[in-house]
Amino acid sequence: MSMLHTVNKSPLERNAFDSCLAHTKKGSAILLIEDGVYAAAKGTAASRKLEAAMKEVSVYALQPDVDTRGMQGRLVDGVKLVDYGGFVDLVTQHQGVQSWL
Amino acid sequence: MKLAVLVNEGPYTHQASDTAYQFTKAALEKGHEIFRVFFYHDGVNNGTRLMVPPSDDRNIQKRWTELAEKHKLDLVLCIAAAQRRGLLDDSEAERHGKDASNIAPGFRISGLGQLIEAGIQADRLVTFGD
Amino acid sequence: MTDDIMEGGGKIKKFLYVNRRAPYGTIYALESLEVVLIAAAFEQDVSLAFIDDGVYEIVKGQDTKGTEMKNFSPTYRALEGYDVEKLYVEKESMEARGLTEKDFLVPVQVLTAGEMADLMESQDVVLSF
Repeated sequence: MSMLHTVNKSPLERNAFDSCLAHTKKGSAILLIEDGVYAAAKGTAASRKLEAAMKEVSVYALQPDVDTRGMQGRLVDGVKLVDYGGFVDLVTQHQGVQSWL
Repeated sequence: MKLAVLVNEGPYTHQASDTAYQFTKAALEKGHEIFRVFFYHDGVNNGTRLMVPPSDDRNIQKRWTELAEKHKLDLVLCIAAAQRRGLLDDSEAERHGKDASNIAPGFRISGLGQLIEAGIQADRLVTFGD
Repeated sequence: MTDDIMEGGGKIKKFLYVNRRAPYGTIYALESLEVVLIAAAFEQDVSLAFIDDGVYEIVKGQDTKGTEMKNFSPTYRALEGYDVEKLYVEKESMEARGLTEKDFLVPVQVLTAGEMADLMESQDVVLSF
């Protein structure tokens, strides 16, 4: 089983997203929550980093947080949307959770 | 599964408490057990009984209190963090010579050992913070 | 302060405390250290990781007279007495901040980001503050 990493801050505000990417091993998963969903936005300075990461890790975004911020339809292709129930499933399906704050 | 939740931030200023609440609620709906919700740093401010937020917005403390009551949740405020930030229950208020206590129903004050115990006993511990 | 007496159940888990924030500007460094000290009583397998600005937490020479804040840096030296000896500093974070091992007030093991990622994957409980 692999680790689930969560990121809750915007990549252009804080380096949590970058730090997370530097520590995710192939086959693990990243869930973007709260302001972290901005890391999944298309056409930003951070998008290419996300696209590169997606070759090795699965990337999810919490849909309620995406919708709340009006970012529906603006996300990089391939980011999987989950609700809070999906968040819970991701937690139980991985060996542990690491929160990058 | 047995899950534990750590809330590191206070109400409204950060989304942490909101996300923790929604996560906890979803986990319970899926039939998981919530071993404990532990509040640390400014997270202890979620446990004040004096919160009067605007009526057209969610009441974060009340929500936690009601969820705890419905599901018999163990909501713990760290004693050291609570003392620093002025969250006192009756016995703490008396012990420190304060004229009031302010813990909301459903929350209890206890030591950091409760967080470690949660880490040991639960299958997963999820942190919500800044 | 009294704490409830509880059973750890004899389980030993690997606990990793991830420190990514500088000290004093926020309370996270101090309060996370308090968790580490309490956790020591539970005889778990504890490691501390200093990453990003967290490396500043263990820099020598912290003099808090002027800011009148509590200097809690000596507590890092006391960890050894609590059997908390696994302190890891991330090489890239250290170098990005112009620091070397000589700048730290405790002995540490320096890991690359890749090695740190391996360490993280091997843990049972990861606490972030």
